[in-house]
Amino acid sequence: MNSGDTAWMLISSALVLFMTPGLAFFYGGMVRAKNVLGMLMKNYIAMGIVTITWVIVGYSLAFAPDMGGGFLGGLDFVGLKGVESVFAEGEEAGAIHAVPVPDTVIMVFQMMFAIITPALISGAIAERMKFTAWAVFVAIWSIVVYAPMAHWVWNAGGFLAKLGAVDFAGGTVVHINAGAAALAVILVLGPRLGFRREAIRPHSLPLTLLGAGMLWFGWFGFNAGSSFGANGLAANAFITTQIAAATAGTVWALMEHMTRGKATTLGFASGAVAGLVAVTPAAGFVGPMSSMLIGALAGAVCYLALQIKFKLNVDDALDVLAVHLVGGILGSLAIGFLGQNAINSFTKDGLLFGGGMDQLIAQTIAVAVAAVYSFVVTWILAKAIDVTMGLRISETDERRGVDLSMHEEQSYVMSE
Amino acid sequence: MKMIVAYINPFKLDEIRDALKEAGVSGLSVSNIQGFGRQAGHTETYRGAEYEVDFVPKVRVEVLVDDTLAPSVISTIETTARTGSIGDGKIAVLPVEDVIRIRTGERGRDAL
Repeated sequence: MNSGDTAWMLISSALVLFMTPGLAFFYGGMVRAKNVLGMLMKNYIAMGIVTITWVIVGYSLAFAPDMGGGFLGGLDFVGLKGVESVFAEGEEAGAIHAVPVPDTVIMVFQMMFAIITPALISGAIAERMKFTAWAVFVAIWSIVVYAPMAHWVWNAGGFLAKLGAVDFAGGTVVHINAGAAALAVILVLGPRLGFRREAIRPHSLPLTLLGAGMLWFGWFGFNAGSSFGANGLAANAFITTQIAAATAGTVWALMEHMTRGKATTLGFASGAVAGLVAVTPAAGFVGPMSSMLIGALAGAVCYLALQIKFKLNVDDALDVLAVHLVGGILGSLAIGFLGQNAINSFTKDGLLFGGGMDQLIAQTIAVAVAAVYSFVVTWILAKAIDVTMGLRISETDERRGVDLSMHEEQSYVMSE
Repeated sequence: MKMIVAYINPFKLDEIRDALKEAGVSGLSVSNIQGFGRQAGHTETYRGAEYEVDFVPKVRVEVLVDDTLAPSVISTIETTARTGSIGDGKIAVLPVEDVIRIRTGERGRDAL
């Protein structure tokens, strides 16, 4: 065991977990005051439920030896059976993950990704989804959508991994997955009362900026931790993460300034998150100037993508499509142009580094597979929950707000 | 006795408090409110979506005063709150039937 690597992976795991509360506050500030606790709870409950599903079966379906065809892990690690904190006598690495870090540490690091991915979807369904329906959705989704996709991309036996597609920290598995799922759920769920007619405004942007800061901070664990060691690749991922986030936030603010005359705080925070999303798949495959280009594109493209929901006329309340689906696609494809084999031997050189079309084709297939699988299975799941237990709160409850109608609590009480 | 209710620009509050103290007012209440008058609303932009917001933030100042003090309090608020631009606000003057100091039970002018 390497204590430096293990220490970094333990810290990274905590950093990634910290992103989910960050996301909760990022989203929580953007909803109306009557729906804040409902928003926070939809994120926090993911920390509860997905920990349970991951330990019992999710980790096994994702990382156990392949059942055949590269589509699903087996049941060898159900209940974490055989996932050890110490190495076998004379071994330098864990039995499952070929790194000098205990398998339990890699398992818990991956758990934090499994938690935040369904939590990302909560931004799209904000202010109108039933809490119990959400809880059931998260439990099943983490098993039937997240775990298989993690297997395809991140298990050496997965079919997308064998195809040569790469995803450093979750462009396909996390962001495209959550973004496509968000679209599927809101198609079943329908728009909020007053969508496109009333001014539904963020109730506390300071909370949103606080959450964005927590996300940015935690993202260093997400991306630099995905090197699975305290090494040069982690350093590369760390700096590309910082550069992309900073550039995307700045470019988004600049776009606002140029098109509307004023840069906004929500715009800078949104841009930074879009940059973090876009660099996620690429962080360990591209160099600093490439990450600046990815950040600049993310800031500009995701800003323009905000119009999608109005074009499609779907109420993606907090813009999960524009930020996570579009940002995830952008970053995943960017590897096909900007990836460098010298930085990480898992990728071929991208188109702009003289490597030809191979990596770009593999990336395109992975993007399409992730988006289509997530959309289709999530739509079926949402429809099934809608028919059996109802996905949406009543009109009266929606007007009263999720906080009172789902949780019998209020975010802001008058005095004492 | 009079209840003087003034709807003012929030940035004028400190100035008005100081001026009213100077004028001999022994207490006042303020609250954050939102409303619209001739100033109408304003535009807010969130992630590129523009919203016309009718209500603008204002501060409501309430002062209970004796009839003799009322004219100077009104003119103090009027001159201090005025910028000359639309949105300076309004002052309402209401007759007060009785005032009770809760701690002592004093009534009327003694309770002011």
